[in-house]
Amino acid sequence: MGSAPWSERPQAAYLGATVERSVKILIAGHFAVGKTTLVGALSEIPPLRTEEVMTQAGAGVDDLAGVSDKATTTVAMDFGRLTLNPHLVLYLFGAPGQKRFQPLWRDLAYGALGALVLADTRRLQESFPVMDMVEEHGLPYVVAVNQFDDAPAVDLPVLRRALDLLEETPLVVCDARHRASAGQALITLVQYLLTRAVKEPV
Amino acid sequence: MTGAGRDDDLVRPYVVTGGRARSRISFDVVTLVVTVAGAPAAGHDAHASPEERRMLALCRGGALSVAEISAYLHLPTSVTKVVLGDLTEAGLVATRAPAPVVTGPSVELLQEVLDGLRALV
Ligand SMILES: Nc1nc2c(ncn2[C@@H]2O[C@H](COP(=O)(O)OP(=O)(O)OP(=O)(O)O)[C@@H](O)[C@H]2O)c(=O)[nH]1
Ligand SMILES: [Mg+2]
Repeated sequence: MGSAPWSERPQAAYLGATVERSVKILIAGHFAVGKTTLVGALSEIPPLRTEEVMTQAGAGVDDLAGVSDKATTTVAMDFGRLTLNPHLVLYLFGAPGQKRFQPLWRDLAYGALGALVLADTRRLQESFPVMDMVEEHGLPYVVAVNQFDDAPAVDLPVLRRALDLLEETPLVVCDARHRASAGQALITLVQYLLTRAVKEPV
Repeated sequence: MTGAGRDDDLVRPYVVTGGRARSRISFDVVTLVVTVAGAPAAGHDAHASPEERRMLALCRGGALSVAEISAYLHLPTSVTKVVLGDLTEAGLVATRAPAPVVTGPSVELLQEVLDGLRALV
């Protein structure tokens, strides 16, 4: 943080002049599940990274002034963006699901439309804390299995039982490297959010 | 802040924000920020901090989200929010996005997102 000289700043990719509203969706998942890959496949700009400071005790940086004797750690978060129409932009945040990132989630999840939870069939149990985190923050979600080349073929009904998903929670397979496939997973999420919103108008 | 000899990076958020932990104005990571047209060029104001000047210089080029400003300036978003709060109070920047919807997004907004995605991917 703060180490790169100003001159190394990439040329900023500004939003279109007519864009006046923004929404966000979280791409949640455990370590190396393909979050950054998926964000990069969909984003109209090269993914950007922020480095957030957390105290190791688990408090957010907001509390830093009061707890200056606590050790802090820096975590990187990748995000990208997609201008959906001349007035609306969607931001996609890669959200690390490990429990220790909890403090970051408060800000990230606030106002988010929902979450796409990425899973890897070779390490399914690692997705449980991620789904817990998403649920704790009240975000509706869809699970997308990122199909790695060396992973066994996916049997969706078996997987659904293994993940103990609610019947209504959509489960899809995607390839995070491919725009069309990643985009389809995101579309499934928004369709699901829409179905819920129609059923329970706010 | 007492600990002498602490790592610079660790004390940085405290120093940059003048010890304030929160902005009085609330920003989300996706709040869109623009400079105010006709605002004085405070980038040259001797009272402006280096971070305020860098932020104004960046924002003068067009609209960006709080997250993008943080990424380009290598600042944690919490720090960016505090500096933006000061710039907003000084009338130098303004936000474009409405406050995030706490009660949940409307059917209309979700339909708009869905239509946008379908057209793009
Ligand atoms: N074969 C294959 N490899 C993938 C796929 N998605 C991601 N990868 C690779 O898996 C590795 C991890 O992907 P990342 O996108 O960095 O994962 P991440 O979730 O952002 O990881 P962290 O941020 O470190 O937690 C990279 O080497 C990717 O190239 C996929 O769909 N298929
Ligand atoms: Mg990543």
